[in-house]
Amino acid sequence: MAVKEVSFELGNAGITGLVGPNGSGKTTLFHLITGFYQLDRGSVYFRDQLISGLAPHRISQMGLVRTFQQTRVLPFMSVLETLMSASPNQVGERLSSIFLRPRAVSQAEKENMERAKEILEFLRLTTLADQLASRLSFGQQKLLELGRVLMSRPQMILLDEPTAGINPTLIRQLVELLITLSDQGIRIFLVEHNMPLVAEVCQEILVMDSGSLIFTGAPSEARQNARVIEAYLGSTDHAA
Amino acid sequence: MDYLIHILIVALIYAIFAISLNLELGYTGLYNFGHVAFFGIGAYSSALLSLGGLPVSLTMVIGMVFAGIAGGLLAIPALRLSGDYFGIATLAFGEMVRLFFLNERWLTKGPMGLPGIPRPSWIGQGIAGLPMFLLLCALLTLIVFLMVRRLTTAPFGRALKVVREDEYVAQALGKNVLSLKIRAVTVGSVLAGLAGALWAHYITYISPSDFTLNETILVLLCVVLGGRGTNWGPILGAVVIIFFQESLRFLPIPPDLGRFVAPLQGIVYGGTLVFLMLKRPEGLLPEYKA
Repeated sequence: MAVKEVSFELGNAGITGLVGPNGSGKTTLFHLITGFYQLDRGSVYFRDQLISGLAPHRISQMGLVRTFQQTRVLPFMSVLETLMSASPNQVGERLSSIFLRPRAVSQAEKENMERAKEILEFLRLTTLADQLASRLSFGQQKLLELGRVLMSRPQMILLDEPTAGINPTLIRQLVELLITLSDQGIRIFLVEHNMPLVAEVCQEILVMDSGSLIFTGAPSEARQNARVIEAYLGSTDHAA
Repeated sequence: MDYLIHILIVALIYAIFAISLNLELGYTGLYNFGHVAFFGIGAYSSALLSLGGLPVSLTMVIGMVFAGIAGGLLAIPALRLSGDYFGIATLAFGEMVRLFFLNERWLTKGPMGLPGIPRPSWIGQGIAGLPMFLLLCALLTLIVFLMVRRLTTAPFGRALKVVREDEYVAQALGKNVLSLKIRAVTVGSVLAGLAGALWAHYITYISPSDFTLNETILVLLCVVLGGRGTNWGPILGAVVIIFFQESLRFLPIPPDLGRFVAPLQGIVYGGTLVFLMLKRPEGLLPEYKA
């Protein structure tokens, strides 16, 4: 799905929602921002730095970290291992350090482990630390994905349908987590189909249709916007 | 007794070879079907240099370096290919290296092979040197085992596993996937080069027919049978396979039937590999408890 003529700026704080009918280009936009797809034209800036054209891992290292629409856990790694692997710039990932600076590596691992355990507690997954990721329920896997993103110390996170397919209790937990993170200063940009949830947590929403941005503003205004209604319900003639 | 020592030496050489492949296959998820090329490069480099008069300990190190350089140089373009295509590229590379050994007669003497490769001077030549050679192999296997275990239990090994499990997630988490793979293949190639050099100086004669796809399949079988992604798996696999292979010698096969039975070995190995992949992909020592 092509995305064209989309231009917007996200402020420094809060939670922004990206909504639109299926196939309107939301996930494509995420791929373009995070470097998984290359832009044909245009540019993306993150904290005043041009990031379009950079490899996905470089963009992630700058603090702009994403999840995927389809849950992607690391099936044969434990929950704790998954979180520890997500820590950025690990000294023990350099071959030379492993043999020449073993102390620094084990010290970093200790801190890494503590932080992973804190995040497990935050997500209420502590009891599952040693489970393989593939053994978790779908909802727990979604939480683990969020935990993985948090381990990478992001400044901004892009969540692609974080509540799709999980039960209402877990959705409540997730909403609280997102609000807590936002209060801690992490900028959140999420694709979501659950409109009541979007209206609850997002200060601002962007609406896309057929690859274009058709609305930017408060969620309450979107509901009265003719173009938004048309995009969701088809042409106004039929809607009536 | 000498025969037992011989089998142990071969098993240990294959253990090092299997450990090196496991780093790529087991930990990084890279199906390298040309791994024998680095075994061969290590063997030929060390053999040729030692025949030229350099001390064996030095030529073995040079053999490892050459294998590592070749591995890195192959990895840079080949790793831009994904999944199966990487397998095909490495398969082709393995054949290219074998054909190089076969055709560059000025250097490798072609199909005649290289006879009279010296053993390290502090190890006796011929049968008298067997126990010392076993000691050398055991020591090197131990060092390689400890080194690879250190790598795979460090964050480096964990990052390799993330790449194996899901490259997109690895990228999203800020891992430089290409660099991690190149490093895994380079280290794997250096260790394969060590195994190859040991082989050359142990057998004392090498020819291009020692470095065919069959050897890659054999070492692949060692890794898969033993348990990929584990530290002990490749060693167990190598010991089981080599002892099994040697035990076949004692089968009472009438000489007339020998030429029909010999190719069966390949069929048995190939069949076992397919069976394991289908029925027990985790091998004898599974990476995770079921």
